[in-house]
Order: sequence, then C-alpha cells, then structure tokens
Amino acid sequence: MDKFYTFTGIVAPLDRDNIDTDAIIPKQFLKSIHRTGFGPNLFDEWRYLDHGEPGQDCSNRPLNQDFVLNRNPYQKASILLTRENFGCGSSREHAPWALIGFGFKTIIAESFADIFYNNCFKNGILLITLAKEQIQSLFEKTESENEFTLAVNLENQALIDSRGNMTPFEIESFRKDALMNGLDEIGLTLSHEEEIKTFEKNHLQKHPWLFTT
Amino acid sequence: MNGKTLYDKLWDSHLVRENEDGTSLLYIDRQLIHEVTSPQAFEGMRLANRPLWRTEANVAVPDHNIPTKDRDEGIEDPISKLQVDTLDENCESFQIKEFKMSDPNQGIVHVIGPEQGLTLPGMTIVCGDSHTSTHGALGALAFGIGTSEVEHVLATQCLIQQKSKNMLINVKGELREGITAKDLILFIIGKIGTAGGTGYAIEFGGDVIKSLSMEGRMTICNMTIEAGARAGLIAVDQTTLDYVKGKPFSPKGELWGQACEYWETLQSDENAAFDKTIEIDAGDINPMVTWGTSPELVVDIESDIPTSENGKFQPALDYMGLDQGTAIKDIALDKIFIGSCTNSRIEDLREAAKVVDGKKVSDSIKLAMVVPGSCPVKEQAEKEGLDKIFLDAGFEWRDPGCSMCLAMNADRLESGERCASTSNRNFEGRQGQGGRTHLVSPAMAAAAAIKGHFVNVAKGDWEN
Repeated sequence: MDKFYTFTGIVAPLDRDNIDTDAIIPKQFLKSIHRTGFGPNLFDEWRYLDHGEPGQDCSNRPLNQDFVLNRNPYQKASILLTRENFGCGSSREHAPWALIGFGFKTIIAESFADIFYNNCFKNGILLITLAKEQIQSLFEKTESENEFTLAVNLENQALIDSRGNMTPFEIESFRKDALMNGLDEIGLTLSHEEEIKTFEKNHLQKHPWLFTT
Repeated sequence: MNGKTLYDKLWDSHLVRENEDGTSLLYIDRQLIHEVTSPQAFEGMRLANRPLWRTEANVAVPDHNIPTKDRDEGIEDPISKLQVDTLDENCESFQIKEFKMSDPNQGIVHVIGPEQGLTLPGMTIVCGDSHTSTHGALGALAFGIGTSEVEHVLATQCLIQQKSKNMLINVKGELREGITAKDLILFIIGKIGTAGGTGYAIEFGGDVIKSLSMEGRMTICNMTIEAGARAGLIAVDQTTLDYVKGKPFSPKGELWGQACEYWETLQSDENAAFDKTIEIDAGDINPMVTWGTSPELVVDIESDIPTSENGKFQPALDYMGLDQGTAIKDIALDKIFIGSCTNSRIEDLREAAKVVDGKKVSDSIKLAMVVPGSCPVKEQAEKEGLDKIFLDAGFEWRDPGCSMCLAMNADRLESGERCASTSNRNFEGRQGQGGRTHLVSPAMAAAAAIKGHFVNVAKGDWEN
C-alpha cells in the first residue's frame, strides 16, 4: 500500500444517506479478475445515461449532466463529502478500488458501513467521520464557494480550508499508522508466525474435530 | 463480575494475540471462497510468492456468475466464464477443495457451508461476501470480509480485528400463524435501521428465536448485515445439534460427542452484559414488504407507503415508481424471484409450494422463478414433488446459484420491472439496472405470483 501524504483537493458533495456498494460499483463490473480499471465505472448507473458493461470504452458514453461528478470542477475531485452510512451493503472491495480509480483519496461522512470502512483503509483511502452539523457546514461551503477545497493533513488529524479554518478529526491510531507508513499487513501478521503456530496447535488439541476437512 | 456473551466466548477462544495498538489477531477456522471476490487475493499470493497457511481451512464454490438453466451448455458470457474458470484454476493450483459448477453438491456458498457441515458451531468463519453473517445461526462467529482480507486469511489464517460491541435482540411472544423468520428480520431492520447494528455483533435471543428452525435462524442471521452488523449470532441448542449431526463434514464417532460437549457451552452466560439490548414483541408482526431502495424502508402488508414530511423518501419513491399513501396491496408485480442465500433452503421452498399448490401464476406476471439454494436442496425438493407444484403453477424451476438476487448471471430485471423477491437487498439496480425490488418472505412472494399483486398471506388472501 502507498503511503498517505498531506494533500489539497476539491470536495465533491454527494448529498444522500445510505449510499450502497451496488451504487458505488454495479455488479457487472465485479466480473473483472483485476484490481484496477474500475474508475470509469464508479457510480455507473448515476453517472451515465446508458447501461454500462465491463470492457466498454466509457469516453463516448452519454453522461448524466445532473450527477455531481460530471459537473465542473468535480471531475477532478479527490475528496468525497456525503451523509450517513456510506458504503452499506456488500463486502466488494471493488468499491474502494473504483473510488481510488476515479481519484478519491478521502471520504468525509457522518458514518460508514463496517466492512466498507475496513476495505477502504486497506487500500489507502482515508475515511473521516464528522458530526452531522460539521457535515452540514461543509455541504454549505461546497454550495457557497465555487471550487471548495480542503487540505487533508493526516499527521495532525485536521482538515483545513482555503481560509485557514481548521476542522480536527479523530482516527484510530493503528489506522493512522498503517496509512502514514503504507504498511504491508500480511507481512506484519507473519512477523507473529510462531505465536500463530502455537495458538493453532493448542486450538487443534482443544477442538480436534475442526481440522478434519 | 459479568459473565460472557456468546460473542465474547467465540472471540476469546480465537484470540491469538492482542497488539499494542488496540487491535487483535484473530484465528480463522474456515474460509469460504467464491469466484467474485477471490481472484485478486490469489493474484496477491502469487505476486508475493506466499503459500497458503492451512490449505484445508479453505473451501470454494462458484455461485454468483453461474447460469441457472442449460448448465450443461456452459457459461455464455465470456467475462463470467473467465471468472469461474479462474476460480477453478486457482483452486487447482493451490489445492483447495472446490465444489465446481458441475458438482452434485454445488450451491450458494452460504447454503452449502451449513449443509455440508463445513460450518460448525464455535468456528470463526469468513468469506469475501457480506452475507457470511448467515453462518452465525449455528453459533459460529461469521462475517464478511474484503478481498485484501481474503488474501490475509489465505496467507496467515488470521485477521487483524477490533472487537465489536455486544447487542442482544430479544424476541419475545409468539409469531402468529403465517409469519416467518423473513418477516421478523425485516421488521427488526425497519425498527433499528440499516445502520442500527453498525459496530456491533448482534445476538438474537428469546423464545421466538429458540422456536425457529435452522433455516429460519439462517434467514435472520443472513440479513443481520442489512441492519449494519457484520455478524449475527444465535446460541447453540438441541435444534442446532440435530441439524449438524450427520452432515458430510461434521464430526463423527467419538469426536461428535466431544464436539457436542463443547458446543453446548456456546450460549451467553445468564449474567452477561450487553452494550445494547432491544426488545421485540413478535406478536405485533404481520407479513412485511419493503417499498423503497433500502431494507429499512419496510412496512407490513396491511399498511400504506408512509409519508415523509421533509421529502426524505422522494428519491426512493421516484426510483420505485410509487407514491406515498399507496396501499401495499395495490402494488402489482412483473416478476417473482424465490431464491438467494436468504430464502432458498428446503423449508423456504416448502412454504412457497404450500401457497402455490393447485394454483396458477397470474397472467399479469411475466416470469416467476424458483432457484433452489443448492443441488441437494433441489434434489430434496424434487423428492417431495415441490418442483411439480411450481411447474404446474407456471413457475420456472431452475438450477442453484445467486441468480437474480444480484443479477450477475443472465437472470435479471429489465428497467422498470417490479419484482417480489425473497432476497436481501432492494438497492437501486440490484436485480438489474432500473429494476424495482420488493423484499418479502417466500410465502408472500408465492402469493403475489398467484394474485399478481401483494396480498396478506397470513390471512389466506391468495386462496380465492
């Protein structure tokens, strides 16, 4: 995983609760056996007026101009602002892969679904949870300012707008650490190989029926 | 001192180590694998040149992409075919046990796990699929994971986890005649919302849960993720043990007795402390029907679509082509889908067949299909003559798979079509772009097929 560096990006407002992973990346694109190439199909059913299929050249497809990511300047957005329970539904990691493919590095919401939350951090996307009023205020700024940007400073756990207004955010230390250092989690777990082996041996002794397949 | 919850017990018995940063390393007994969320994990294993930690812990089956008819002709869509072929190749090269598409025990991963005895009480079970929560019905700690975590388990047999909070949903009273586990879980989701369980492992308890069959319990735990909780749990009792006994991979002989002795401890202690407890009176529940694009947008069959003061429901109503105030019974359907990891087990098919027996699917229904959850379910249903009941009524009787629950194969809704579905998600486009899904129980879907619109199956409204 790449390290997470401080950046400044355009904030795209997606004003809706309960956006599910089927909306983030529709099922037909899950047939891919690769990790990349999902960006053009992010929010496919909202973004285009026709039906999308995998392998299609999206550059010629009719765009839904009402959808926020098709409007200027949001094609270049790297921060997504949304409401409650973002990423609910399936465990498909294709959802964070599609968000990354589009260019999103950070998502700010009132709350996130559990599996999606985990999946994003495993792919270097920073998810920031803020209170309802703070989210509302950010939505208002995206309306009042032409090209509302935020600087995302993970080290200091702060969002800073162009006027210098700072919004602090909370994040669990292990997630921060993993993002800042771009950690290889499998490698980290394997550094405890002996402990796992010892556990496994005892576990099998106690529950000998477990390992019969 | 407080006692332990069932979740605490399962967690503690799989805890390898607690890391300094507040995370834990949790040992995983079983990983179930399907074709959609695994190819990138196997690719990662190859790139890093890592071996599997414990090959036998993994069992695979293709289910999402596979056709539900003319299966002997193979998979027509080349992209779907490549994904299924990739699973076959990966299982072969990593020596993982796989129930291939042509295997007589193939089926939806969450149906075959318990059916084969690959899911056992007390296990930790993961799968790259959110409906892994299903297996919690057997007193196992089971939850969905992403592809990175699939790879993590392949390589280490462990996951880095944070412990969830404990929630108890205590279901008291008695379900009325004709009210099923599906109605109960939809009612619960309507009450607590799709984010109500976020951050929790939910244990379902109370007399009503104890009285449910294993199939009913699996329906409840399956949809726990629709309430936001990754894991649903039900304590082990005699019903559980009776179900597990004699399954192909369940313990036999001396091991059976030893296992039972341990499994019988898999209940929350009487003095266990839950972070949150919700009481449900089952006597209040009617057959439930979702009307919107989230499982929490649900009412009972006797109701009208609710009115929202702030226009909050408008996007869902627009998508569904419905108006607030419309009676649920006035909603006419185009298609009927009986299947999915929520409701495709033998008991589900029996309930639906009971309604359909001797009747005909309404002329207004374009397609009514039954997709059994697995080949053994299909075989059992055919032994009981259920296939004939469905076929005589005008239903299609298909081969097992995920099918129109998420329309990754050829089974889907066309834009604007309305479906009574026994599946688990009514999200926009879930069953096909522009398709409109109403989640219901198998009996409700069957009755809607006969009448062409929703009726109250508990009142016998479909009979005349």
